[in-house]
Order: sequence, then C-alpha cells, then structure tokens
Amino acid sequence: MKLRSAALAAAMALVGATAQADVKVGMITTLSGGGAGLGIDVRDGFMLAVQQAGRDDLEVVIEDDQRKPDIAVQLADKMIQSEKVDVLTGIIWSNLAMAVVPAATAQGKFYLSPNAGPSPLAGKGCHPNYFNVAWQNDNLHEAAGAYANDTGLKNSFILAPNYPAGKDALTGYKRFFEGALSGELYTKLGQTDYAAEIAQIRASGADSVYFFLPGGMGISFLKQYAASGVDLPLVGPAFSFDQGILQAVGDAAMGVKNTSQWNKDIDNATNAAFVDSFQAEYGRLPSLYASQGFDTANLLISAMGKADIADADAFRAALKAADFDSVRGEFAFGDNHHPVQDIYVREVIKEGDVYTNKIIATGLSNHSDAYAGDCKM
Amino acid sequence: MTTLLFIEQMLNGLQFGVMLFLMSAGLTLVFGVMGLINLAHGSLYMIGAFAAAAVAAATGSFVLALMASLAAAALAGALIELTIIRRLYDRDHLDQVLATFALILIFSEGTRWLFGSFPLFLDVPPLLAGPVTLPGGIEYPAYRLSIIVIGLLVAVGMFGLINRTRVGIRIRAGEADREMIAALGVDIAKLYTFVFALGAALAGFAGALVGAIQSVQVGMGEPVLILAFVVIVIGGIGSIKGAFVGALLVGFTDTMGRVLLPQVFGLFLEPSAAVSVGSALASMLIYILMAGVLVFRPRGLYGVA
Repeated sequence: MKLRSAALAAAMALVGATAQADVKVGMITTLSGGGAGLGIDVRDGFMLAVQQAGRDDLEVVIEDDQRKPDIAVQLADKMIQSEKVDVLTGIIWSNLAMAVVPAATAQGKFYLSPNAGPSPLAGKGCHPNYFNVAWQNDNLHEAAGAYANDTGLKNSFILAPNYPAGKDALTGYKRFFEGALSGELYTKLGQTDYAAEIAQIRASGADSVYFFLPGGMGISFLKQYAASGVDLPLVGPAFSFDQGILQAVGDAAMGVKNTSQWNKDIDNATNAAFVDSFQAEYGRLPSLYASQGFDTANLLISAMGKADIADADAFRAALKAADFDSVRGEFAFGDNHHPVQDIYVREVIKEGDVYTNKIIATGLSNHSDAYAGDCKM
Repeated sequence: MTTLLFIEQMLNGLQFGVMLFLMSAGLTLVFGVMGLINLAHGSLYMIGAFAAAAVAAATGSFVLALMASLAAAALAGALIELTIIRRLYDRDHLDQVLATFALILIFSEGTRWLFGSFPLFLDVPPLLAGPVTLPGGIEYPAYRLSIIVIGLLVAVGMFGLINRTRVGIRIRAGEADREMIAALGVDIAKLYTFVFALGAALAGFAGALVGAIQSVQVGMGEPVLILAFVVIVIGGIGSIKGAFVGALLVGFTDTMGRVLLPQVFGLFLEPSAAVSVGSALASMLIYILMAGVLVFRPRGLYGVA
C-alpha cells in the first residue's frame, strides 16, 4: 500500500511540475543595528501584501544583513546556491545593493529594489533583470530643488554627510535649484553634534536650509536646530521625516517641508486600504519604506499572475508592465526599469498625539531620472 | 569669520569637550586602576540615555530623568562588574576586548528587545529650550550652556574626589600598586566595583545629557566610545587631569577643524574641491592630533612612565 501511495505521490508531483512553478523570494534586509527600523518596515510592508494575496505558490525567505556589505553578499550567495531563490529583494542601503545586485542579476536572478537606487544601476550598469520599485537616489532631492524654485527661495545653505549618497543628494538638489548657494557643507557620516554647522548657517545670510541627514543624524540636527533659535525654513527629503523618526524628533520637526513619492493621504483606494490594514496588523502607521515594501510585493504578485517564472523573458515583460494597484496611484517603469512618478512635497503636522506628514504640493510630475539616457538594454 | 562667530564656535568646542570628558573619565579610571579595556563603556552611555528617555516619558520631569540615568548606568555597571568584568582583570587585553565586545552586542539587542528599533524621544526641559543672548550679542542655546556648566562642575567634583578624599587616595594607590594596597587591608574588590560603577554613572549621565539634543537609539554609544579612547590616549591612560585636557583638546580641534579647514582650503582651491578636501581632512584631524601627541609623548600628555 505504502509503495503504491508513494508512486501516486510521485506521479502527482510530475503532473504538478507541468503547471506553474512556485516562486521563491529571498529577502535580504537590515533587521538589527542602527538602521533596523527601515528594514523592519520594508519587511512588514512586503509580508502584508504577501499575506493579503494568500497565494500558496509564493515562498519568502528573510535574512538580516546587519547593514554589512560582506554579510549581504554571503546571504545572496547562500540564497542563490542552496535556497535556489528566483527573486531577490529587500536591500535598504546603496552600498549593499552595489555589492549584491550586479552579481545576482548576472546569474539570471531577478532583483526588485524596495529602497536603494544608486545611480550606476540606473545608468550604465542597468540590467534587464533589475527593477527599482522605490526611486533613483537623486529623485527626492531633485524635487526639493524644484520646490525651492516654486516657492521663490533664492539662497540656500545645503549640507549632507560626506559619503556617496550625500554627494548624490546635494548634486540632485543643485540639478534643479536655480538660486544661489550661500554655503555647502559635508559633515562626517554618523556625526551627532551640529553646533558648528548651525552657527555657520546663522552667519551665512541664507534664506533656506536644505539638508540630507538620514536616521539619527537628522534627529540630532533637527533638535539642535530648533534649540538654536535660527528660524530659516528647512527643506529635506522624506528620509529624515519618516513615521519611525518623527516621534523621536517631536515638536522640532513641526512645519518642516520634505519631499516624498508617497504619503498616507495620497487619495486612492489601494492606499487607504494599505494604511488601514498596516495599522491593524502592526499597530503603527506605515512609513514610506513600508509602502515601498508593499508595492514591491504587489508588483511581484502581479507578474506571477501573468507569466511563469521559469520563462524569464515573459516574466520580465510582466514585471515591466507593472500591472498592479500601487499605493502611489499611477505607477510605471521607465526604459531603465526605474519608476516614472510624481514626487510630492509634504509638511510635518500633528494628528492628535502623533506626528505625521500631509501633502501640500507636487514637486515634480512624471519624473524619471538623470541617468536613464545612459542605460543601454 | 567674525569674532562673534569665532567665540560661538569656541563655546561649541568647549561644550563638546566637556561632554567627552564625562565619557572618558570613567574609561580612563577603569583602565588606570584595574588595567581593563572596557569596550562596553559606550553601552553604559546608551543605557543612561534610554533610562532618561523612559523616565522622562513616564513622569515628564527632566531632573528625575537625569537621576534615573545615573542610577541605571551605575547599577548596570556594578552588575556587570560583579558578574563578568571581575573575571577579566587577570586575563590579557585581548580576552577583555572579546568579552566586553560581547557585552556591547548583548546590551544593544537587549535594549532593542525592550524598547524596539525606533529612536526614542527625549527633549530638553522647557526652561532651557531656545537660545539665550550672551554679553556681546551672541545667541547661544541655553541647554548647551548648561551642559558646559554641569560638565565643569562634575570635573571639579572628580578632582576633589580623587585628590582630597580617602576613596581618592585608595584609587590612586590602586593605580600605583594593587598588591600592596590589598596587603594593607583595603578591600580591593569593593573598590573596583565602586570605581566601575562611578565610571558607568558618569557615562550614563553623559548619555542622558546628550540624548536630549541628539537621537536616543540603539548603537548611539559606539561612535562616542571611539572618541573617548582617542581622548584618554592623548591625555595619558589613567589620568583624570589628562582626560580633562585631552577632552577639551579633542573638542576644540574637532569643532574648529570642521569650521576652519574648508575655509583655509578655499583660499587656494576652487569651492567644491575645498569643501570636500576640507571636510575629509577635518574628520581625520583628531587622529592626526593623537598621532602628533604620541610622537612627542608616547604615554600621552599626563601619562606616568
């Protein structure tokens, strides 16, 4: 009897193999250390979409990269070689993405980026199997520069940490900002005391300050700026004003303008349902990182509905079509597989006891990126 | 640069230096008296900041928050001294580094487990929010001014404790010859626990003071720990006076370097190059200072040969 049922099972398995193959996703993201808040949000957003889709042919393996490039590379190797994943995703930081993505796509795996968008992968180093669901790194900064023009700012003081993404940030702002610069500063990465910089801002005669200081650096800067009595308007990208950080900054962030491709008040049914279900599931408001994780999973699920992962060309075309309901509303990929999207300007407000953002303007419409022209694929 | 801006930047350097002193005083004592390299000193700084943030959130009182930071860090310090550190005094430095590095990981993940991965909120007390106008028309944040005053008071207190009290005599004797003072009937184990808890309390206090103007998050202690090691190497390991002078030197050098170097390079380079060369060099400046001091004083400024 046993033998017969085993044979039956084997036969069933053979029949099963002719149907669509299961999709196995490897998620490498930052779940411990200083940057864990971002990775946790991406993971939670992604898993929420997976859970809502309720598909049993989708399996997700999640590993923590500890924000270390060498560990991310090891994890990617392990996932590709022994876990045999079809799709990789999850990386938060650009330096980790640069270490993992080119090797993974060269081995024929798909990579869907829920956050990092370093410029080489958008331009010369673009790859047919690489899709960025979030933004190219410069995008939010470019929108801030455009917004500064729209509001008549003429003279900005700009600062960012002294590392590649910091330089990209200021380059992005300057690419669109038409006014003059009364000062440009690069601070140490991880710096927590900005007294010297704030004194220079006070003395500079600028009419506005643009800063890119992600994570704890931004919290420190905002609190110290508020205590200093300098009251020039601040503009920054959403990274210093996401839902996880705002509560730690408190009143010091009120009224600050920041740019983002997503906010919880974007008016469409998908977004409203996402915000509600995220809150119900995890007991906190989603951040832009969570929204990116959610969109990434829904993009993947939409492609699974259209094509078999075993047929790479068909699956790639299904991903490129981006036929899913994005929390951002309209969503389309450009020729370099990076989003073409609206980037909004938000203002920090207080709703009851919770600090959050509200959209007040559109910074750039249907915006692509500066590197798309260099991409040949 | 105007004189006023220069004075303001000197104050910033002083404030940074005073904060570093609170952090390095404990580190240098522990190294000097027990011969122990304690990498987990930054974790005690973090514990102080988290205790302060939790108490401030619960009670709304900043004074209570500061007291909680002292108590929590001292308690954590005493606890790890009694259970773990005590077993490391006779081991070589590599074992100590390994064990205290493990403590960093344990404290970081433990804190995350208790408080979550998102930064906590700790604000300056309303009384000290905003700037005050100093003589000469400099607007300076009231809270930073208070850090300078508190830090200097703690420094005076530490000098008094080390140089004028019986405990201080024992600590100095312990530094000079620990077998001898044990033979003279001083309970060396108790003295070690006290010194360790004292250093921990100072680190926790610094964490709480600084947490109010920075971000209270897991891993906040490690960058400061590196600076504190630079300070005690410059000042001479084991010397409180050295830690004070070293902390102020590092504070001034770092602040003025960040301000002046890009401007100096601006005299003969184009602006964008000057900014990037200047900031790159500014972030190395304190290490250059340390190397320079070590060339002339291999044991630091006040190190005993």
